[in-house]
Amino acid sequence: MLDQTEGYTTEDGRKIGGVVMEMKNITLRFGGVVAIQDISFDVREGEIRAIIGPNGAGKSSMLNVISGFYNPQEGEVWYKGEKRPQMKPYQVAQQGIARTFQNIALFEGMSVLDNVMTGRIRQMKSGLLAQSLWKGKAEREEVENRAFVERIIDFLEIQHIRKTPVGRLPYGLKKRVELARALAAEPSILLLDEPMAGMNVEEKEDMSRFVLDVNDEFGTTIVLIEHDMGVVMDLSDRVVVMDYGKKIGDGTPDEVRSNQAVIDAYLGVAHD
Amino acid sequence: MPDQLIFGMEVFLNGLMAGVLYALVALGFVLIYKASGIFNYAQGVMALFAALTLVGIMEGQVPFSHLINAIFGTEVHHFGWHVPALAAILLTMVVMVALAWVVNVLIFKHLVNQEPIILFMATIGLAYFLEGFGDMMWGSDIKTMDVGLPQGINEVIDTTTAGWFGYGFFIDNLDIVATVIAAALVFTLIVFAQYTKQGRAMRAVADDHQAALSVGISLNFIWVMVWSLAGFVALVAGIMWGTKSGVQFSLSLIALKALPVLMLGGFTSIPGAIVGGLLIGVGEKLFEFAIGAPYLGGATEIWFAYVLALIFLVFRPQGLFGEKIIERV
Repeated sequence: MLDQTEGYTTEDGRKIGGVVMEMKNITLRFGGVVAIQDISFDVREGEIRAIIGPNGAGKSSMLNVISGFYNPQEGEVWYKGEKRPQMKPYQVAQQGIARTFQNIALFEGMSVLDNVMTGRIRQMKSGLLAQSLWKGKAEREEVENRAFVERIIDFLEIQHIRKTPVGRLPYGLKKRVELARALAAEPSILLLDEPMAGMNVEEKEDMSRFVLDVNDEFGTTIVLIEHDMGVVMDLSDRVVVMDYGKKIGDGTPDEVRSNQAVIDAYLGVAHD
Repeated sequence: MPDQLIFGMEVFLNGLMAGVLYALVALGFVLIYKASGIFNYAQGVMALFAALTLVGIMEGQVPFSHLINAIFGTEVHHFGWHVPALAAILLTMVVMVALAWVVNVLIFKHLVNQEPIILFMATIGLAYFLEGFGDMMWGSDIKTMDVGLPQGINEVIDTTTAGWFGYGFFIDNLDIVATVIAAALVFTLIVFAQYTKQGRAMRAVADDHQAALSVGISLNFIWVMVWSLAGFVALVAGIMWGTKSGVQFSLSLIALKALPVLMLGGFTSIPGAIVGGLLIGVGEKLFEFAIGAPYLGGATEIWFAYVLALIFLVFRPQGLFGEKIIERV
């Protein structure tokens, strides 16, 4: 069992810290349908934590619980050592949990730069009046945040499309812009909902590289959902496996790979 | 220079000034439509309500005096003081922000994700409610508004043009002031929307609710802000129209004139609202001058804007500046 406070060191020598978020006995129901049933797991600082499972396993629901879009009927979410009260999604975002969406939710009419700038809203403190008058502190703030955003844009190699309206971009680039917007928030936890869904092999490789680089460069804790088993096993430090709303496995990629319940869920098993 | 041409130029200038006022009302529509997808039928009534409140506060009128007198058998009508114009304008703005908040909490917060037509119906309800509420609060008599804006013929233009053409143009000072204020307002709004945190958040909310939530934008805050902005634009429009033609309930009908303006300019474009307003202002004055009065028996100003809008609907339904309507199959 892992230690609660100290963390561990990965094979490639990265230091993983203490528990930053813990889900305790989460149960989520939609009417009579149980989407998530009594699931617990933790997320440690600096690690890449994957949630995998077949279609309809409840992975996206779990991400929506973490980001406040769904409120579970039972269970507790602990964040940075404190129990989190029921929150609206925008409040969760203001606490430093950024996310992307499976179906991409970008501001299609706005430029790439503006989209990424919206990610900085949490960092921009000056009030409505100061912003309207556009003086002193507000102006300095805008310039500083702009500089940070340009760094993110460089990092994700999307400089050439900075001024392009997002609506005109191809799918793969949109995914990258969405990642940029989430990163701009300097999140303490970054939630990625199927970052590689619908991509070709090349785009998948690019995206995997970015996810690893982000984790490496900024030390960002990442929770991601992914279908592609190969990608998940390469990327993540620890994996939660879900099936039909239940947790059927939790551990390092190697542990999960050799878990009989996981093999059954993915390959199918004869029911007598 | 032939007389006809000189008259035509004067008509053109006057049309431009009238167009500014149309543009002001249309601007209020565009703001709310862009940020929340709601077509706010109540925008004209909001201008009326703002004008009523402003005059009421300036004159020291007791709100709901008819109601109070009827219930308690008293005879109160005025507090007996006068509030300076600037203070009254600020107080009216406070009332408009409060109204924005109440409208959001009582109505639109509960209609999130509803069909546009339902939201539209809600604004029609709001329009009728606000008209009645304004009547009950401030009374239905026609009021004059004087916030100290200059009025009457502009002497400088009159004498200059008289020197040039031997005929002095009649341009109302109020129209000039309205143009300057409208230009400043539009400039401010564009800078606000493009370059501030709140402006960016406003555009974000208009674009995608879910994405806006995920970056930490509170939808309620933005909606209250947008309705307050629309209230502010309504106040400016109310002051201009009220000073020009008195604060009366027909003021709410200027909202109808904004519809053809929007069809010309496109519902989603701030520059479109301005150009559309100017086009209709100039168009209806010139048409009346050149064709309407001599050949059609006059009074074409009443219908010209609507016919123009109809023609636009047939040939360019998205308006001059609207986003192109593309249906993906």
